[in-house]
Amino acid sequence: MADTAENQVVPTEDESRRDFLLHATVATGAVGVAVSMWPLINSMNPAADTLALSSVEASLAGLEEGQAITISWRGKPVFVRYRTAAEIEEARSERWQDMPDPQPDEERVQNDKYLIVIGVCTHLGCIPLGQKTTETRGDYGGYFCPCHGSHYDLSARIRRGPAPTNLEVPEYTFLSETNIRIG
Amino acid sequence: MSTEKGWGMRAFDWFEERLPIVSFIDHSVGSKYPAPKNLNYFWNFGSLAGLVLVIMIITGILLAMSYTPHVDHAFQSVERIMRDVNSGWLLRYMHANGASFFFIVVYIHIFRGKYYGSYKSPREVLWWLGIIIMLLMMATAFMGYVLPWGQMSFWGATVITNLFSAIPLIGDEIVTLLWGGFSVDNPTLNRFFALHYLLPFVLVGVVVLHIWALHIPGSNNPAGIDPAPQDKIPFHPYYTAKDMFGVGVFLLAYFTVVFWFPNAMGHTDNYIPANPLSTPAHIVPEWYFLPFYAILRSIDDKLTGVILMFGSILILFVLPWLDTSRVRSATFRPIYKVLFWIFLIDCVVLTWCGAQLPEGLPLILSRVGTFWYFFHFLVLLPVVGWIETPKPLPTSISTPVVPKPAE
Repeated sequence: MADTAENQVVPTEDESRRDFLLHATVATGAVGVAVSMWPLINSMNPAADTLALSSVEASLAGLEEGQAITISWRGKPVFVRYRTAAEIEEARSERWQDMPDPQPDEERVQNDKYLIVIGVCTHLGCIPLGQKTTETRGDYGGYFCPCHGSHYDLSARIRRGPAPTNLEVPEYTFLSETNIRIG
Repeated sequence: MSTEKGWGMRAFDWFEERLPIVSFIDHSVGSKYPAPKNLNYFWNFGSLAGLVLVIMIITGILLAMSYTPHVDHAFQSVERIMRDVNSGWLLRYMHANGASFFFIVVYIHIFRGKYYGSYKSPREVLWWLGIIIMLLMMATAFMGYVLPWGQMSFWGATVITNLFSAIPLIGDEIVTLLWGGFSVDNPTLNRFFALHYLLPFVLVGVVVLHIWALHIPGSNNPAGIDPAPQDKIPFHPYYTAKDMFGVGVFLLAYFTVVFWFPNAMGHTDNYIPANPLSTPAHIVPEWYFLPFYAILRSIDDKLTGVILMFGSILILFVLPWLDTSRVRSATFRPIYKVLFWIFLIDCVVLTWCGAQLPEGLPLILSRVGTFWYFFHFLVLLPVVGWIETPKPLPTSISTPVVPKPAE
């Protein structure tokens, strides 16, 4: 072949022009395949109609003190609990700095009365008990996850058990005194 | 050079000793598979068919993730794929047009085999496996076309399943069994979806057998004579590189259609949801079934038409014995070469007839074309093999490529 020093792209001992062409071709092909994979993989992400359903509105008007309702949002339960004055007092009296996932109750609610959290245990995704008064609420009066024994308090903070973090507070806004939009 | 191997090579050797899969691939489509050095571009279509099968399986699995096989939801779920699923339109157009391109590629592959006599001894089983692949493709394509549950889906399914009612005595029972009811309905759609998902993997298995059977005698070649060992070159890198070039050209054509003419080979009536109470005025199958459809409609008798339609494919199984000539390549068969092109034109004419209403000129042409189709196989091929004087065969495949220097 007419391999001369002038037309060698990488004039080192180990790499010839042919090697360079081979590697460039393989690299181009590999990048092409990798890029073409993206729309295929992305097709498994939420579709437009799924994303369109990502917020719900709900009225809390019928909720009495001490009661709770569960709202379905993105296929998950959202717990809304109308806490009594005593419960709010209890949630705020304890030293939050010593808790497993330290967070003050004030940061977890927009309206002191309404505790709004996603009702999915942060351990492995079960739905904790405690929305109904007949259900066990664990040792801290909030929620208790029956799958692996996580205890949540009146601010839905993890207090004991395997769950690593507090129940998640979803993004929500009060549209009026008793109307909320989640998501 | 040092004989000391790096850790990567040693790990590779360790694995290969236990499962020699890399050397298996290397012997199948790699540097250990010696291929004739004179293969032309018509030999690209085998690897292209393999590529399309992979594209079809990948896009198909992703489509199945968003598709609902229920008569009340199937059409809607396909529309949701087109509008809401990320790149869903791309997946569906790649899959739908992929079916068409699969048949384009495979039909060229088959006609390549016919021209160069690739079905002749010792490749008869290889040829059979190819026909089985084509039959599986047809079944898979037909059932896939039913899934969107449009008007063409529904009435195509009705017409094709009714073909089996032509079977004497038990025909009606067989059709009821195929339907799982008294008409094409939800049970039919469910089973078609299950089978449409299953058959491609059966197809992969038969493709493996096809490649296995190919490697016993090795590839045929344009000269149709057995190449001497010195006339063979390693498949890799020579034919992998050539196949990759073919892949580039193929993808350009394929994606030109996918992006700019995605519905050119489809039928608009399939964008109307299935209506079991009203048949569209003019129903036609997908283009790749048209020649067989034309044969079906060319006969006024139901059973005869069905027999001829299936016979037109099944006759390929005995092609290696119907063709009595021992010379493989049409290059050296002056009469057969003409017959080959007439046969190709005959198939094109039948394809055109299949898309027309069965009356007037198209009906006459269908009948002539059907007659010629079987006349070609049953009379011309055996007779021409006896009476034809082939041109002298070269002594090696190098001879036609490199002329002898003047003495």
